[in-house]
Amino acid sequence: MITPPHISRRALLGAGAATVALGSPAILRAEPASVKLGILQPVTGALAQDGELGRHGAQLAIDEINAAGGLQALGGAKIEMVFGDARSNPEAATQEVERLQGEGVAAIVGGFASPICLAASQAAARYNLPYIVDVGVSDQIVKRGLTNTFRFAPGFGMVTSVALDNLVKLNDAAGKPAKTVVLVHEDGLFGSGLAKLMQTELPKRGFEILETIAHPTPARDMSNVALRIRSLNPDLVIPSSYYGEFVLLARTMLQQHIRPKGIYCVLNGAASNYRFVREFPEAAAAVMDCNHWADPRNPKAQALKKQVQDAGKLWAYNVPLNYSCVKLVADAISHAGGADRGKIVDALAASTFKDHIMPYGPTRFVNGQNQGAAPVNLQVQDGDIKVIFPTEFADAKPVFPRPA
Amino acid sequence: MTGRDLLPPALLIGLLALVPWATSSNTMLNFLVTVLIVALAAQGWNLLGGFGGQFSFGHAAFFGTGAYATALLQIRGGVNAWIACLIGIAAGGVVGWVIGVLAFRARLRGSYFALVTLAFAEVLRILTNAADFTGGAAGLLLRLDVRPMNFQFASRAVFYWIALVCVAVVLLLTVMIERGRFGAQLAAVRENEEAARALGVDALAVKLRAITLSAAITAAAGCLYTQYFLYLDANIAYGSWISIEALLAAIVGGIGTVAGPVIGALTLHGLGELTKGFAGDITGVDLVLFGLLLVAAIGFAPLGIVGSLRRLRVVRLSGGAR
Amino acid sequence: MYSPEIVLEAVVNGLLTGAVYALVALGLTLVYGVLHIINFAHGALLTCAMFAVWGLATAFGIDPYLAIPPLVLVFFGMGYALQRFVIGPASHGDDNNMLLVTLGLSIAIENGLLAVFHSDTRGLEGDAAFQVVQLGPMLISRAKLIGFAGALLVAALLWLLLTTTDTGKAIRAVAREKLGARLVGIDVRHIYAVTFGLGCACLAVAACLLMPTYYVNPRVGNAFVLVAFTIVVLGGMGSVPGALLGGLFIGVVESMSGLFLGDSLGQLGIFVIFILVLLLRPTGMFGAKA
Repeated sequence: MITPPHISRRALLGAGAATVALGSPAILRAEPASVKLGILQPVTGALAQDGELGRHGAQLAIDEINAAGGLQALGGAKIEMVFGDARSNPEAATQEVERLQGEGVAAIVGGFASPICLAASQAAARYNLPYIVDVGVSDQIVKRGLTNTFRFAPGFGMVTSVALDNLVKLNDAAGKPAKTVVLVHEDGLFGSGLAKLMQTELPKRGFEILETIAHPTPARDMSNVALRIRSLNPDLVIPSSYYGEFVLLARTMLQQHIRPKGIYCVLNGAASNYRFVREFPEAAAAVMDCNHWADPRNPKAQALKKQVQDAGKLWAYNVPLNYSCVKLVADAISHAGGADRGKIVDALAASTFKDHIMPYGPTRFVNGQNQGAAPVNLQVQDGDIKVIFPTEFADAKPVFPRPA
Repeated sequence: MTGRDLLPPALLIGLLALVPWATSSNTMLNFLVTVLIVALAAQGWNLLGGFGGQFSFGHAAFFGTGAYATALLQIRGGVNAWIACLIGIAAGGVVGWVIGVLAFRARLRGSYFALVTLAFAEVLRILTNAADFTGGAAGLLLRLDVRPMNFQFASRAVFYWIALVCVAVVLLLTVMIERGRFGAQLAAVRENEEAARALGVDALAVKLRAITLSAAITAAAGCLYTQYFLYLDANIAYGSWISIEALLAAIVGGIGTVAGPVIGALTLHGLGELTKGFAGDITGVDLVLFGLLLVAAIGFAPLGIVGSLRRLRVVRLSGGAR
Repeated sequence: MYSPEIVLEAVVNGLLTGAVYALVALGLTLVYGVLHIINFAHGALLTCAMFAVWGLATAFGIDPYLAIPPLVLVFFGMGYALQRFVIGPASHGDDNNMLLVTLGLSIAIENGLLAVFHSDTRGLEGDAAFQVVQLGPMLISRAKLIGFAGALLVAALLWLLLTTTDTGKAIRAVAREKLGARLVGIDVRHIYAVTFGLGCACLAVAACLLMPTYYVNPRVGNAFVLVAFTIVVLGGMGSVPGALLGGLFIGVVESMSGLFLGDSLGQLGIFVIFILVLLLRPTGMFGAKA
């Protein structure tokens, strides 16, 4: 239906190569047209840090596929990254989607923030251009009936329910030491959304919420939040914040000698961040987080983690997520047999892809949401970030309540 | 004189109207729709800031009100999209009037007026971000239902033309104001409020009319934003980005000129797209270039683009006379 | 709802934080009072200074407090040069253009920092952040106490400079009556540049005092700018004691409304007070003439 625009270019390349490399027809056969893949991330503006991590993950996957000889099903076609900077706002994101569309990409991966994913996937839907959301946790993303939009990772609802289930398990196993909770959350879409779900769900599971404290991003000071936590003296603090604010909070709590039995984060920007663990080991010790994370028992994930850290880069969840999303699209393109969008969308919808490095099992999409997607529970232990739940992926045992 | 005044804006709009026939590229149309939305917001700003001399840093308050009213009426009230937009524009005007009454009665001007508008926009941002009624931080998502009745179109060109009509109407309105009695009163208040008052101009009433109209125009930009992107949150609607975009486009294009905001928005966003091409591998370099070009542009064209062109013409004419 | 100790502690926290706000606002109010411009680049320049502190500490192990003298000199020079050779010439003495030039500069600086340092959030390593001084039932961060004292000291020095030295008198003359100042032989462009340099020097001190307890990324300065504007208006534009008192006041307001409304809605307290002050007493709470 849609003619790939790169056919003419391929013919040109072929002709050029034929005149230059007369003696080696093998090279000719090994160079089929590349498939263009759009990578959309906010690498400037407020979300630049996450955007950069996401781009890195996508780059790793593309490099790996190309180094291994490209897409086998397409005669070894290479993947060519066409990058778009979403500039941390939805307008720029849609503009980049239009540009990527103009450049003839087969699909788009990324977005990171929910507002960007919402706007970008909708712009892509006009062209039935497959859009794979890397992180964007808003549940609205997959509830609009857009057939082109797929989310590989879990959304809010899923993350919260797993976080709560595991919290109950953790608490029960330790003899129910925790009863009272203070929720701390950033006041944007992600923090507020989580807090709202928690407020209805936690009391049902026998926890008493002493207070819910919202804070803005960026916050200039966390002393007040710490002060209120100290006066309420909860067993458990549940923070959902971005990196800078959680670091401030954890540092201030340590400074004020506030030692709850546990700090149990949900989708936290810092708790599963190696920079935080390295820079403030004392504040980070025993902090738990329910978040996206690569499967630690997967040898490929371990290798990738080592590769990233050896290169002096940060290993955060954005990296394996984008890596896996690119792998997923590459698989779908292979199944579709080319850059035909309708076929790629069908291939994604029907995919049972398991060669990714997230603890999800094979993909199964229902209305664009990967049903197997789930977060895991992590804990900072001995200067490392370990998976403590679910047990089939865990590489450490939980430490709770945290030792004084 | 009159013909010459109307000709450049008419030419500009005519040229822009032809774009969908000249290119089938949706990238171009999408880009221009964003530019037109910013241009419309800037036209609103220019009426108050350029013609009235009252600098606002908080036009987001009006943009956001238009945007939220449009979305809320549809989502919560089931109101038709077109009617919701009209009410949104009116709502923006009302907010403008209220802020105007408070600020102008307190005789705020200059930086004080600028900062109080900024504060109002921030208050609205914090409130919408926290209130459940406005969707809180999760924002509002309009249902994708592509029908002309819903102010949603399958073709980008149609939306583009509608935005262009809005800009053209405001251009015409601006020309009429500039030439009419109201424009003269505005100019008098801008140049010297005491003197204007001495001449019998009701300065407060003039300023109130200006801010109400200005706010309604910028609110219209907010309505268009909602209908085009179908998603809103507090930072999009009431964030300082649109206040800055509006004043930047108006001043760069030529403050207090009829076509300035449109030309300014086109230039700034064109420049932004252009520098993206020079980005290379290092993130942020394109925006560094953009910032430096902005500084250089102001250094070389201190009167804004329209103002500098005009001056060029005057210099050439006087040179010819000699 | 809260015990008196908690409220007292929140007030103290507010004062400590407010002092650093005041320091950021001092630079702004000076530029504002003399050049009559809203300096949009103020936040980006603060970020710049914070990166400088971080860089010196990380690369050479220089203590942030020891970095104050060299950074003050460097930032004074940088600010002087910026105003003299960039902002002044590019804006042709027009207020609107100055606003745009500083806006352009802030975009360039912020993204320049992004290009050089990338988008990561960084903090100073070490335990300086965790040292506390016990004051009755309160545990007070040592770094914040130092910040408080530093801010007061800088405000006092700045005030002395403005009231006793010839340069200071020239600055005040230019602020009051530009034309008259020029007539009596004051080099207005030089004074503008000196003022801008002093504003940047204040930022350098603020950065050194902030970094032990805060973090830096290319956009961090923005968090302080809006609140600094508020303080400048509250204190009366161009007034040094006003900025100091305004900073302390806003710090306490933020702290108290944060305690009782939550930190998100607490921001509302600042803006509502700001609007009320503007509407009811637009010359600022501490009286300086508009």
